[in-house]
Order: sequence, then structure tokens, then C-alpha cells
Amino acid sequence: MAFLSIQHATKTFAQSSAVEDFNLEIEKGELVSFLGPSGCGKTTTLRMVAGFEVPTSGRIELDGVNITTRAPNQRNVGMVFQAYALFPNMTVADNVGFGLMVGKKPKDEIQKRTAEMLGLIRMPQLGDRYPYQLSGGQQQRVALARALAIQPQVLLLDEPLSALDAKIRVDLRSEIRRIQQTLGITTIYVTHDQEEALSISDRIVVMSAGRMEQVGTPFEIYNFPKTAFVASFVGTLNQLRCTVVDAGQGKLSFDGQTFVATAPIRAANGASVVAALRPEELHFGKFDGENQLTGKVEAVTFLGGIVRVRMVLGQSLITLDALNERKLTLPKVGDMQMVSFPPHACWVMAEN
Amino acid sequence: MAPSAVAAPRVKRPASGLRAWLGVVPFFLFAILFLILPSVKLFVGAFADNEGQFTFKNVLQLFTEPSILNAYWLSIRISAVTAIGGGIFGFLLAYSVTIGGLPKSLRPMLITFSGVASNFAGVPLAFAFVATLGRTGFVTALLKNVFHFSIYDTAFSLYSFVGLSLTYMYFQFPLMVLIMAPALDGLKREWREAAENLGASRTQYWLRVALPVLLPSILGSMILLFGNAFGAYATAYALTGGALPIVTIQIGAQIRGDVLHNVGLGYAMAMGMVFIMAVSLAGYSWLQGRTERWLR
Amino acid sequence: MSAQAPSPPAPRERSRVARIFTRRAFPLWSWLWFILGALYFILPLYATLDFSLRMERDTIGLKAYGAAFADPEFARTFGYSVLLAIVTILVSILLVVPTAYWIRLRLPEARRIVEFITLLPFVIPAIILVFGMIRIYSSPVNLPFTDIRLLAPLTTSKLGTNALIVAGYIVLGLPYMYRSVDTGMRTVDVRTLTEAAQSLGANWYTIMARVVLPNVRTALLSGALLTFAIVVGEVVLASYLGLPTFGPYLFLLGQHRAYEPAALTFTTFLLTWAAMGIIQLVTGGQGQVAGAH
Repeated sequence: MAFLSIQHATKTFAQSSAVEDFNLEIEKGELVSFLGPSGCGKTTTLRMVAGFEVPTSGRIELDGVNITTRAPNQRNVGMVFQAYALFPNMTVADNVGFGLMVGKKPKDEIQKRTAEMLGLIRMPQLGDRYPYQLSGGQQQRVALARALAIQPQVLLLDEPLSALDAKIRVDLRSEIRRIQQTLGITTIYVTHDQEEALSISDRIVVMSAGRMEQVGTPFEIYNFPKTAFVASFVGTLNQLRCTVVDAGQGKLSFDGQTFVATAPIRAANGASVVAALRPEELHFGKFDGENQLTGKVEAVTFLGGIVRVRMVLGQSLITLDALNERKLTLPKVGDMQMVSFPPHACWVMAEN
Repeated sequence: MAPSAVAAPRVKRPASGLRAWLGVVPFFLFAILFLILPSVKLFVGAFADNEGQFTFKNVLQLFTEPSILNAYWLSIRISAVTAIGGGIFGFLLAYSVTIGGLPKSLRPMLITFSGVASNFAGVPLAFAFVATLGRTGFVTALLKNVFHFSIYDTAFSLYSFVGLSLTYMYFQFPLMVLIMAPALDGLKREWREAAENLGASRTQYWLRVALPVLLPSILGSMILLFGNAFGAYATAYALTGGALPIVTIQIGAQIRGDVLHNVGLGYAMAMGMVFIMAVSLAGYSWLQGRTERWLR
Repeated sequence: MSAQAPSPPAPRERSRVARIFTRRAFPLWSWLWFILGALYFILPLYATLDFSLRMERDTIGLKAYGAAFADPEFARTFGYSVLLAIVTILVSILLVVPTAYWIRLRLPEARRIVEFITLLPFVIPAIILVFGMIRIYSSPVNLPFTDIRLLAPLTTSKLGTNALIVAGYIVLGLPYMYRSVDTGMRTVDVRTLTEAAQSLGANWYTIMARVVLPNVRTALLSGALLTFAIVVGEVVLASYLGLPTFGPYLFLLGQHRAYEPAALTFTTFLLTWAAMGIIQLVTGGQGQVAGAH
């Protein structure tokens, strides 16, 4: 049986529903991300697990126990907030020890545990500082230590890195993942940043407008998106409007050029469909066994490790990502170029 | 707040630094003429005897003359009582409309009324309370007719310490509301949620997080309330006609005629009062600084 | 190192009835404080209103109001107070706006000392201020340590006394006027606006009249209304300087008559309420406070 089970959780406010029929089974030790744009219901779902929102209907079970209506201070889940929420009147050490102090643990146990936690977040010397003396990244680490000090069964993080600088975000997210894996603690991580979700999760739940769009590993979500929303929300997506020439053979026609896709085509011949393709699957030049299309270069953006080229193919604009090499000659705007991609690289979605 | 690494550019750099100060001359001139000079006059006068020689006698007499000590003690008591009472009541009221869970529409109403009430002090306030709690006042009559309880048969009188305190409360607790409502807004919701999440009950959250964070604000405001009541004159005079010998009333009597038979003593009283107000203001400012540091 | 602890024992689930009275469902205590507060505010006002309507024996009527407003002294003193208030407001604006502006733009060093000065009126209540003012300005003002006369005794001439009371009123209103204007200037970032105007070729007069003043209108209105309320209700300066303003008139009226003072008191309340309401509307929710008198 799953460690944390959310069954048919729904939350409605006044006229609108923030979350509809959310179902998820999380295994012990897993890190699951809730990914989606603002307003998609990810934070509301998290808060239902934390106890700050009571589901309008549905059930939440933790380790076999029904906690759906239990008060937040009785659940033994640890929460890290976007705005850190460190208590300003207490030192770092007092903040970290707060949950233990409230739980009336003996003083030496609190001290020992606090020192352990400060070591875990690699800030052992800063116990006597006050929150206003710390940087944002440091404050968030203290918030994490505070949540973990009570040895919660589940760790909940609500967009913990949104308020931080880009560089710190990248460092801190690996740190969070490292700690999570060291402790083996079941974790839910809410974010709108897909790179964050992809890099640290065991599984991702993509949400939109209160509903779950897809659940899967990062690889599955990125390469095998089930809906158009997931496909375009996660990563950049090229969408080519084509006509089905021969569904059985996987032949599609686009702007007078034809190509082959190995992905199943669930439409009749002559129907209009969308062929979806990731930018990194396209490359310049001619290769055996690959589809070839010709188009005009519209813009070239050098991003450092990646060269992003925008091309006009018929009526569509596509993006091509090429890995940087020193011997590369950057294509010029206005050039006509031939691009190739393997047949297995694209998949077909219904036109919507 | 971290200091900016680069100073903000000036609009125009004057040729000499001195020219820049010209712009504030009118203001300073006004302040000197009508604020600083009068204060200095009183200050200097407090240390002069009737012949114009320097002396500490007047200041010392502040601490020895029984009528003056009584006046100060009375003023301090009224100010303290209304500051603490008004402070607590005002805090609870501000709490109830911010995080206390009342409908959101009640807050602007309370804030407007608090603004009105805190500006209503003086003669009109005294009259209003006479109409309420005076011998033929509305509440007096109500208590007599409905509850058969005549408050004037007890030792109560509106024209006494208790009555004046009740009247002062009318502008004290609204002032507290106006200061505390924004301060309570500063209590982040996440703090309560974090505390709950870590196992704290509401009481524990309030005792360990919310009240400590709010304490500088609460104390500072109460000190402000203290100074507010200490300096009040018109309300007391209109209500009691000078019967209650608080410091401001004594000073007023001194201005009208030299009732202390020593001009310097009057000045010393005034200076004593300014000293108390200055200490209050300093206390308030210091506590405000601490609040801002935590609630950033 | 494992972080999993045994799950806590299940707590007592509160009964449905008990849950209704928790904070989130029905804030019992909050309503209690609010009702108490409302009563405290309203009872004195209601008592005043009730009393003011009973001038005519056994009926409720506006006779007291009619009598109060018909009194020629009322018109004289109230008009005088209003006049003084307007002069005070105008001079205040002329004094405060350029100073606040100058400090923001050219002289940030002066900021602390000016702010300190604007706090002084809190430390020096009206009674002390008038004490000092009378002592200084009832004799001629000489250059220090000389016999050179700078100023004739102000309190002996009508013009001088009026100037003195206006100055006093400005001092009393200074903290509010200055803070209001300063905050307003900070909110609209008057420095950047000035730089933009200068880059477009505007001269100082244009900048002041068309850029600065219009943008601090709200703050000026706030400060002006507050000053108005302070001046019209003011009693201390007026009575000790011997000027026939509304404050002393109301006080004297209270000695001799019963119903008319109540009527005027209630009217004062309505006026104050209107002023505060306008301020509230215009500033969007921050109350303004003038302290005790």
C-alpha cells in the first residue's frame, strides 16, 4: 500500500473549484513534484495534505491513517513555505528547535537534534543568528531544517525557491534533493519551474486548472506527454500542422513536404493533425533514414551551450536546438537550410 | 535594509554646499521663531530665580513641593491608566477586525471611526460625556430607570479621576487601533501556519511568536498613548473646570496669573512635562525601530 | 539516518457543536470586542444627539440647532476660526511643500533634523507652546545681548496676536502636514518625475506647478483636512491669547446654556466624521490621527 494516498480530493471555493478529483499514491521515500502554472491548484492540493485546507470531498491517508480532517498541528508533516516564514523573534537555533520545544521534548534532546539539523544544512556556526541577519538562501535552509527537526512523515515544500536568485536556486535545489535522499523522506514539492521539477523529482504531476494532466517520471513527462498542455508546458515544443497522407504507414504531409512518423496516428487519412517535435531532435544536414524538411532561417540566438535557431517552415515557425561546438558555423538569417529528424522523434496529437 | 552601494544622483550639484541649505531656511526660521525659542525661553527660565540669577532651586522644588508632586503623580496615574486600558482595549479591537475573523467590511468602518474619535478630543468630548454620564446623562438615566442602579449614589462622579479617565479613553483606544491595525497586518499568515505545522496550538503560537513579535509595537504605542494623555488640557479643563489638579491645568493656572509666586517654578513645571514627553517619544521611537527590524 | 517517526496517536475529534464556535466558524470574542467598542463610540454621540433634540419640552425637535446657528456669536467665531484655518493651511503648504521637496532632491542631509523638528510638537503640547510664546512675544524681541529691537511685542497688537496664533496652529499641525506630504512625495517618487520633466525642458515653476503639486494633491488634502479639524476645535492657544475663535465660544456656551452646546457638539462630530471620511476615501484606508487636546 502506498505511504501517502490522496483519493478523489476536491476543493471548491464559492463558485469555482480549485482542485478537482485529484488522485495520487506516493511511495515512501519518493519525491513527487506538483508542476503547473499559477492557479492550477498545486498549492491548494499541498495545503490539503498539510491540513490548512479541508477537502470539500475526498480522502487523504498517511501510512494507513485517515488524516483528511485532522488539524494541521496534529499531522506530523513538515512544511517549508515560499516566504520562509522563520519566526523573526527567535534565533536560528530556536527556530529549528521550535517543533521539539512545542512537543515538550527534553532540553538536551532539543539541543542535540538542533545541532544535527544545522549540520545537515551545512550551517553549524549560525545557530545564534537572527533571521534578519541571514540571506534568502540561508533562511530557506533554516526553514528546511526546522521542518525536518520534528522527524515528519512527509515533507511538503511550497515553491521554496521562487523568492531566490537564479544561481542560488540551482544550488539549493540539488541540496534539497541530496538531503531528501539521505533521509529517505517522502516529499511533495510544488513548483511552476519545469527545470526544477525535472531535475529533482522521482515523479512529476503536471496540473492545469485544478485537474491532473499527467503523472510520470521526468523522462516520461518530457518525451511522452499525454496532452497538448503537458507537451507545451514542459520544455519547448514544435508543433507542425500537417495532413495525414497514410495513417497505416505513418506518412504525413506538411507544406508540400512529406515525412514519416513511427508514432501511432489515430486519425483518418486526410485529417488535420499536429505533429509535435522537440527542438533538440532536429539537426542541420542530410542523414540516412531520417526525415528531411527545408526552411528559411529567421533568427539565431546563441545561448552559450545551446544554439537556438528559429526557422520558417511553410506556415509554421519551428525551433531547432543545436549543441554548441567551437567548429560550428552559425547559420545566417535568411539562409535556406535543410533540417532532419528521425521518424521516432515526433508524435502526433489531434488538432485542438 | 542594505545600504545602496551607489548614492542616488542629485538633481543638480550646487556650487557650494552652503547654497543647498538656503532652501530650508524658511522652515528653520519658522521652527526657531515659533518652536525652539519658546521652548528655550521656558528652559532657561526654569533655571533663573526672581532676580535673574542662575539656580537649581526651581527644578529641585519640583521634587519637594507637595502640590507639584501631587500634580505630576496625578497626571502620571491618569496617563498610565488610560494608556494601559486604552492600549489593551484598542489592541483587542484591532485584533478583532484584522485576524479576528470578522467580516472584512467592518474594518474601514472601525478605522474611520477611530480617526474621528481620536480627533474628537477637547471641549466637544467633554460635553458629550457630560451628556452621557453626567448627573442627568443618558447612561446614568438608563441605569437608574432600567436597572435601578444609580451610579451617583456610589462614589462615582464624572468630574473625578475615574470620570476623566473614562473620557480620555475615548481618544486613547482609537489611537491604539490606528497604530495596531497595520502592525497586526504585518503578522505574516505563514508564521501561524508554520507554527501549527510544527505542532503548536493557537495559544502556543500567540505566546511564543505573535506576541513577542508584536510586543515592541504594543509597548511603543502604549508609551505614545501615555504621552498623549499627559499633554491633554482642553478635555480636562472643559470637563472638570480645573478641579482635578493635573500638571497641564496647573501650568494653565500659572500662565493666567503667578499662582506659584515664582515664575521660574512655572517654567520648571513646564520643563518637567516636556522632559516626560521627550522620554516617552524616545521610548516610542526606539521600540518602533525594533519593530521595523523584525517585520521587514 | 531515518527521519520517519511512529505516527502520533489520533486526537479527539471535536464535536460538531464545539467546532462551530472555533475561531474560523464564529469568532465569538472578536464580536464581543467589536460590539463593546461600537457601544463605547456610539453611546456618547447618541447621548449628545438625544439631549440636543430635547430643547423643546416633551418633543423631539431641532430647536437647539436653530438657536445655536442663529446666534450671531456663533457665526462670528466659527467664521473667524474657518478663516484662521484657511490661512494656516495655506501658509503650512507654502512652508512644508517646498521644504519637503528640497530635502528630497537636494539636501538629504537635512532630513533627519527636519524630521526631528516635526516630532517636536508631540513633545511640546499646546499648553506649553502657548506658555513659551506668550512669555517671549509679550515683550519686544531683541537681538541677543544687544538692545537692537527686532520685533515689537506681538501680543499687544491685533495683527501680532493673529500672526502668533496662526504660527501656533502651524506648529500643531506640522507633524501631520509634513509627514503626509513627505509620504506622498516618496510614493510618487518626485525625484524621478522632476528629472523626467527637466529632460523634457521644463523650468522650476512649471515643475512645481504642473508636476509636483498635482501629484501630492491627495497628501495635501489629507493634511489640510486634519489641520482644519485641529484649528476649528482648538481651545488652548485661542483662550490664552485672548482671541474669539470657535473653541472658547463653545466652552463659554457650555457654561451658560445646555441644549445649544449639545447641538454644536453633535455638529462638530458630523463635520469631523465628514473630514475623516474624505481622508479615508482619498488615502485609501489609512486613518489619520491628531492626538489629544
